[in-house]
Amino acid sequence: MADAIMKFGVEPWNFAELVEAFKQAPLYHLAFEVILVVFIIRLIFSKSYSIESTVKLTEAEREQLVQEWEPEPLVPPVDPNHPALHYKVITKQGNNKLVVDGKEGINVGTFNFLGMLGRKETEDAAIQTMRKYGVGTCGPRGFFGTMDVHLNFEEKMAKHMGVEEAILYSYGFSTIASAIPAYAKKGDLVFCDEGVSFAIQMGLLASRSKLKFFKHNNMADLERLLQEQAVEDKKNPKKAKVMRKFIVVEGLYVNHGTIVDVEKLIELKYKYKVRVFMDESMSFFVLGKTGRGVTEHAGVDITDIDLISVSMEAALGTMGGFCLGTRYVVDHQRLSGLGYCFSASLPPMLASAASMAVDITQKETDIFQKLRSNNEFIHVQLSGLPGYRLDGDPISPIKHLRLEETSGDWQKDQAFLEKIVVRALDEGVVLTVARYLEEEEAFLPPPSIRIAVNVTLTEDQLTKITSVIRILAAAVLREKSEGE
Amino acid sequence: MALHRRNGTPFGKGNHDLRQNGSVAYTNGHHKSNGTVLTDETAHPKASKVGKKDFSESFEEVELLTALVTYMSYIILALVGYCRDILMRLGIDKDKAAQESPKLKAFTPLYQDFDSFFTRHMYRKVRDNWNVPIAGLPGAESDLLERYSDDNFWSFKLTGTTRKVINIGSYNYLGFAENHGPRSDAVVASTQYYGNGVCSSRQELGTLALTVELEKLVAEFLGQEDAITFGMGFATNSLNIPSIMGRGCLIVSDRLNHASLVLGVRLSGATVKVFEHNNMESLEKLLKMAIAEGQPRTHRPWKKILIIVEGIYSMEGSIVKLPEVIAIKKKYKCYLYLDEAHSIGALGPTGRGVVEYFGLDYRDVDVMMGTFTKSFGGSGGYIAGSKELVDYIRVNSHSATYASSTSAPVVEQVLSTLKTIMGRDGTTVGQDRVEALKRNTQYFRRRLREMGFVVYGNDDSPVVPVLMYLPAKMTCFARECRKRGLAVVIVGFPATPIIEGRARICLSAAHTRQMLDEALKIMDEVGEELGVKYSRHPLPPLTDKSKME
Ligand SMILES: Cc1ncc(COP(=O)(O)O)c(C=O)c1O
Repeated sequence: MADAIMKFGVEPWNFAELVEAFKQAPLYHLAFEVILVVFIIRLIFSKSYSIESTVKLTEAEREQLVQEWEPEPLVPPVDPNHPALHYKVITKQGNNKLVVDGKEGINVGTFNFLGMLGRKETEDAAIQTMRKYGVGTCGPRGFFGTMDVHLNFEEKMAKHMGVEEAILYSYGFSTIASAIPAYAKKGDLVFCDEGVSFAIQMGLLASRSKLKFFKHNNMADLERLLQEQAVEDKKNPKKAKVMRKFIVVEGLYVNHGTIVDVEKLIELKYKYKVRVFMDESMSFFVLGKTGRGVTEHAGVDITDIDLISVSMEAALGTMGGFCLGTRYVVDHQRLSGLGYCFSASLPPMLASAASMAVDITQKETDIFQKLRSNNEFIHVQLSGLPGYRLDGDPISPIKHLRLEETSGDWQKDQAFLEKIVVRALDEGVVLTVARYLEEEEAFLPPPSIRIAVNVTLTEDQLTKITSVIRILAAAVLREKSEGE
Repeated sequence: MALHRRNGTPFGKGNHDLRQNGSVAYTNGHHKSNGTVLTDETAHPKASKVGKKDFSESFEEVELLTALVTYMSYIILALVGYCRDILMRLGIDKDKAAQESPKLKAFTPLYQDFDSFFTRHMYRKVRDNWNVPIAGLPGAESDLLERYSDDNFWSFKLTGTTRKVINIGSYNYLGFAENHGPRSDAVVASTQYYGNGVCSSRQELGTLALTVELEKLVAEFLGQEDAITFGMGFATNSLNIPSIMGRGCLIVSDRLNHASLVLGVRLSGATVKVFEHNNMESLEKLLKMAIAEGQPRTHRPWKKILIIVEGIYSMEGSIVKLPEVIAIKKKYKCYLYLDEAHSIGALGPTGRGVVEYFGLDYRDVDVMMGTFTKSFGGSGGYIAGSKELVDYIRVNSHSATYASSTSAPVVEQVLSTLKTIMGRDGTTVGQDRVEALKRNTQYFRRRLREMGFVVYGNDDSPVVPVLMYLPAKMTCFARECRKRGLAVVIVGFPATPIIEGRARICLSAAHTRQMLDEALKIMDEVGEELGVKYSRHPLPPLTDKSKME
C-alpha cells in the first residue's frame, strides 16, 4: 500500500485508480493486508469476549462464589505477652516524678522537658478557663468551635515566634500529618530524612506524593538527590514547572536525638528551589537561648523555613499542636487541613495551659540554659558505657541508649533493654524503651531506651539517674554474657 | 431563659431536672410516654424493612426551577470571579489576599489556582458565616463575639462586644457542655491531681488510671468486651483503620462517610468501593459483585471485607439502616465498622446509640467507634469490640504507639458524663436529658415541616438539615438569624452537592421549650422573608391535644 500512496500522492482520490493500484500491487502485499485486517477484527472481538467472560457470571455462579468465600478473621491473634497488653498504669504525675504501677520514681521517660506538666500555674490557668468555657468545644472551628481563647493563642504564638500566622490543631500527631497533605499532592516530590517520626510518615503517605529519602541528617546525601532531580528537571522542564518540591525534616529528631543542620538546609532550599517543612515538636521550647527552637539555636531567620509544626504534647505539657509560617502558607490549612477542618477544636483549657507555659518561660529566662546543662550532664555521664552507645546530640534532652552490637534480632534486643527499664523502676528511676510498629516504620530505628531529660531534676536526682542506669546496664550485660 | 443567663450555663449548679427548667414534655402519640421506642416486630407485623415501625426518613426532591437557579447562581459567581481576576491582573481591582513571599517567586506555586480562586471569589464573600468566635460555653445559649470587616471580608476585627444568641449550631446533644456542677468539679479535681497533659504515648508511660477506668466503663456501656480510647476522634478513625485493614482487603464505604474515615481508608492501602448513601440495594449489589470477582486483576479472593457506616450522618440527618446492614453483613460474611460520633448518647432509650435505637445485639457490630466531642462535651474517641479486636489495636494502633494519650481533665469530663448518662451518679439527670433530646428533636423537626421548610433526615435525628439550595439565600439566612439572636450553621458546596446548600441545626437536651419556640419564630420570619420554605407538602399542624402532655 505504501507505493499506492506514493503513486496517488496528493492528488484527489479516484476509485477506479484505487482498484487499479490494488490490481498492480504484488500478491504478497495484498495477502499481508488481508491478514492484518483479519487480525484486527479478531483482536476487537476476542477482547470483547474476554470482557464478557468475566462479567457474564450467572446469578447462580455468583451465589456460589459468595457461598464459598471464607474471610480471614477481622484481626489476627496477638502475642498475649506483648507489653502493650500489660501496660504500665500511672496513678500520679508530678513535674519530675511518676508513680508507675504503684512505684514512685524520678521521671526520665516522658517528654515533660520543662516540667510544665505538674506546675500549679498551668493547672490554675486551665481551671480558670474551664470555669468559663467548659471542657470540649462541641464542634470544629468552622461551626462555632472557635473561642477567643483559640484566636488569642494563635496570635500569641505567632507574635512570640516572629511569624505572621499560627494555626492551632487539637492533636499533636494530626498537626504535621494534616499539614503535609494540605500542600503536597499527587505528582509532587518530597525529599525526606530517613529518621523522621511516624506522624510525618503518615502525612507523606496521605499526600500520595513521590518520596525520596536521604540518609539521616546527611546534607550531602540530600544535595546529591537534589542534584539528580535538577538534571531530571532539565530533561523535562514542563513537568518540573508544575511539580512542587518539599524537604521534610525534624528540628530535633525524636527517634535519634540529633539536630538538623538548618543553615545548610536553607542554603539548599534557595539553591534548588525546594520548600522546607520542619517539625519542631521536640526542639520547640527546648533549643535556643529563649527556647524558640532550632532556628534560634542556629541563628537563622525563622521566616526562611516555609512551615514549622509543633506538638504541644512535649515541652508545653498539654495537648494539641500548631503550625507557624506566613499568612499565605498557613491560612491555606484553614480550608485544607483535614485534622483542622473536620475535627472538634482543642479544649480551650488546654490552650490556656500552654499559653501560661509560654508566659513562664518568659519570666524564668534561665530555664533553657538549665535544661541544656542537665542534658549535657547526662550525656557525659552516660557516654562510653561498655557495650552501649548513646545516640543524640549532647545538648539534646532526648537521648537513645542503644546496644553497641545488635544480636540481629530486633525484638530480642528490645527485650534486653526492657530488663534495664523494669529494674530501674525498682530503684526509683522511671525509664521507657522507645516503642515502634516494627512492620510499619519506613526505616525502623534500632531498639533503645529513650531518655527524656527534665529541667527540674536536681543535682542529686541527676546523679542518681545516671548511676542507676550505669549499674543496671552493666549488670544486665554481665548476666547475658554469663548466660551464654 | 433569664434564669440561665446569669451564669451562662443552662444547667446552673447541681442537678436540675430538665422538666423543671421549663422544657415541656412532648410526645406525638406514637411513643410510650417513658420514651422507650417500640421495636417489637410481632406487635407490628407490618413493620418497615428496617424493623422499626416509626423509622421515617425524608429527602424531598428539589424542584427543577430551584435547581436551575442554583446552578445559575454558581455560574454567575464564577463569571464575576473571572472578571475580577482580570481586573486584578490589570491592577484595577486589588487582591488583598496574602501573597507569596517575594523571595519565593521562582518556586512552583504552593497551591493550585482553583483553590485560591475559590477562596478569593466565593468563600471570601460569605466567610462571615463560619468561624464565628464565641466567648464562652458552646451551650444552649452562647455569646458570639461580634466582628466587622472594613475590607470586604478579606479580614475581620473584633468589636470587643458580644451578643447573646440561642445556639443551635454546636454538637452539644446532651447539654454536657458545662462549666459548673458536679462534672465540672470533678474536672477541676482531676486537673489538680494529674495536671493538664501526659507527655507520653499509651504504650510507653501514658496510661493514666483514670483512662483505664474510662475504658472499662465505655466497654460496659456499649455491651462490648473491651474498649480503648484515644485523644482525638478524627485520629481514632484515620489511625486505626490502617491497622485493621491492608492490601488484599476490601473496604465498602458509604458515599457520605466522614473525612476521617476516608483518610483512614486511604492510609490503609485496602481497595475501597463506595455505595450510595444508606442504600441497601446498592450495598448488597456491590458486595455480591465484589466477592464474585475477587481482587482486581488477580481475581484472588479478598482477605476480608469491612463495611464502614456512620450512626447519624452529620450533613444529612439520616440514621443508618442498621438492621439491614447487619443482615447483609452476615449474609456476605463481612465485618462492620460503625462510627457513632453523632449517635452515641443522642439515640436510643438510654443513649447507647444506634444499636440500642433499633433494639439490636451489640455484638453484631464488630468495631464500634465513637467520639467524645459531641454528647460528652469532651474530646477524643474510642473503639469498642471483642477482646481480640481491642487487644490487637492496643498492640498495633498507630495512635496507641505514637500519639500522646488524652489529658486527665478531658478524660474526667468524659468519665463523669458517662457515669451521669448511666445513672451511676445516683441521679436521673442523664436519663432525663436523653429523653429531653428526643422530645426536642421530634418537636423541632415537626414544627419546621409544618412551616413548610424542606427538612432532611430521620424524624429521630437531632441533626436537622434545612434546605436553602441557593448560596445567596443560605448565607443570608445565617446572617439574618444571627442578627435576630440565633446561631445556626450553614453548609454548602463543596461539603454538599452543588445545589443542596443547607442550614444545619443540632438540637440539644439543654434547649428549653422557650428557646426552641424563639428559634422557630426567628426561622419562620427569616424563612418567610427569604422565600426558602420550599416544601410542596408541608405537614398539617399538630392538634393542641397531641402537642401538650
Ligand atoms: C462521623 C464522624 N467521625 C469522626 C469525627 C471526628 O471527631 P472529633 O471531632 O472528635 O475529632 C466526626 C466529627 O465531626 C464525625 O462527624
